[in-house]
Amino acid sequence: MSTSLVHTRLLTERSLRTLARQPAYLAFTLVQPLVWLLLFGQLFRNVVELPGFGSDNYLTYLTPGVVVMTAMFSAGWAGTGFIVAMDRGVMDRDLTSPVSRAALMAGSLTSQSATVVVQTLIVMVVGVVAGARFDGGPLGWIVVVAAAVLLGCVFAALSNAVALLVRQQEALIGISQFLVLPLTFLSSVMLAPSLMPEWVADVSRFNPVDWAAVASREALSAAPDWSVVGGRLGLLLVLAVGMACLATRAFGSYRRSV
Amino acid sequence: MSTTTDPRSAITVADLTKTYRARDREVRALDGVGFTVDAGTVLGLLGPNGAGKSTVVKILTTLSQADSGTATVAGYDVRRDGRHVRRAIGYVSQKPGFDPLGTGVENLVLSGRIYGMSPRASRGRAEELLERFGLADAGRRLARTWSGGMQRKLDVAMSLVHRPHVLFLDEPTTGLDPEARADLWAEISRLASDDGLTVLLTTHYLEEADHLAQRLVIVDHGRVVVSGTPEALKRGLSGDAIAVDLADRDDADRAVGILGRLGGVRELTRDVGTLRARVDDGAAALPPVMAALDAAGLRLAAVTVSRPSLDDVYLRYAGRSFDAAAESAASRPDGTGPDGTSAEVAA
Repeated sequence: MSTSLVHTRLLTERSLRTLARQPAYLAFTLVQPLVWLLLFGQLFRNVVELPGFGSDNYLTYLTPGVVVMTAMFSAGWAGTGFIVAMDRGVMDRDLTSPVSRAALMAGSLTSQSATVVVQTLIVMVVGVVAGARFDGGPLGWIVVVAAAVLLGCVFAALSNAVALLVRQQEALIGISQFLVLPLTFLSSVMLAPSLMPEWVADVSRFNPVDWAAVASREALSAAPDWSVVGGRLGLLLVLAVGMACLATRAFGSYRRSV
Repeated sequence: MSTTTDPRSAITVADLTKTYRARDREVRALDGVGFTVDAGTVLGLLGPNGAGKSTVVKILTTLSQADSGTATVAGYDVRRDGRHVRRAIGYVSQKPGFDPLGTGVENLVLSGRIYGMSPRASRGRAEELLERFGLADAGRRLARTWSGGMQRKLDVAMSLVHRPHVLFLDEPTTGLDPEARADLWAEISRLASDDGLTVLLTTHYLEEADHLAQRLVIVDHGRVVVSGTPEALKRGLSGDAIAVDLADRDDADRAVGILGRLGGVRELTRDVGTLRARVDDGAAALPPVMAALDAAGLRLAAVTVSRPSLDDVYLRYAGRSFDAAAESAASRPDGTGPDGTSAEVAA
């Protein structure tokens, strides 16, 4: 067990080193969410005046949602690391070393989580500068980071699984095109559930994107209902662990292909 | 944990088969491969592209699994004791296995740490290997800025950090320029002689196998066609090749008649103005051949004697020349042979 933890740490360090030497990549993944935050924040500013929205500042409502979207979008590309490693001989070298498949998966998810933490904090700070107001204090921010990390792990594991099964970069485009955007619009990221069509509100209750957004907004409010926060985080944790286990099994598919 | 019956064998392979299933067809990559490699020796696994060399290496390194058959590496069964096999081996695949965004030192230290070495021991070993492979000056530069030859040496160095018992080199010099190739050859030679490593080397360069390996196994269509030392295989061809270029190609028919009547001249063939034959001792056979042709008034442009090459070995046992085999394998990637003969001639 301790060997696996050491391996996870070493592989995480390797991924983060790669990321640190390509800082443009991190900056690139932040452009889109910041555009959403500032553009949608302006565009839908008056939506809060609709009766029943339940908030008086749209940026305060929107910012945690954009954090969630950012985590999803950047995690959706996590499989790129595996595809590069398979195209080169790095994956083969790792798989013929004492490194376990679980450690390879954990290393990828941990380095992706570190990226998500940085992105989350940047989006939150930009939101505050632009006028969002969070009453929840430090604990609220911690919940936002935790929710983004867990949702990021769900999508990073999915992305890694697709990478191992399909072994083509193009396949990862499908995750952002056919999963991330629909799941965003089927959630309360942009609009309060009370204003949604009833069926969308129903669907959103089973949507992990919604779990993360609800937990984050609740934790940042003046008087959080911690049972709501804990329940949503718990669901995200179970889903993340489950996805990670399934994704680890996908190594078998790669092994059969070599 | 299982051990082989013969402790001198670092690698044993018996009856391996492997079929890849693509969408609409099956590709028989291995069709009953078997051989052994003695500890502390270099074995050259030789064959054209698609012959099954890399598949054997992938099974022995636990990357892939055979459909049937058994194999042990360093005494461990590759199927049951994969964990132990992975600790005992180093593997240099055809594709580069280093991190291009890491420096030479970082790549080597990470390798050491993965095998459980302390940070200090890993750094020491990294410096030692960089020195040994002549990479010390570049050690702190990102590996992506290195030349192809240096990168290949880094791959080999990374596979040696943990002092493996068995090293697998899958076409280590493909794509290198002649100078870098000769350089790497020198390093590989030293691995077996100085470090006592067992090395399994795949290559499609006959020259490389001849130069580096103590024993050769030639595979084609997923089977072993012949194995033995390079010398024994060449000796098995019984005799030297002589070639006579006639100044006037119209004399060729008469020349065939004359040489055909000489004793000790075998396998006489004619190719336009060039006659080829096999003789027991080239140096001794040449004077009578030249005298007989001279007596008939035939003028010669050139006469050559050559020791048998591995290309001749390949031609003899695989039934076609090495280059032709490589071409046919490339044009017919399913790797199935025209017939299923696999005469295993151990020399």
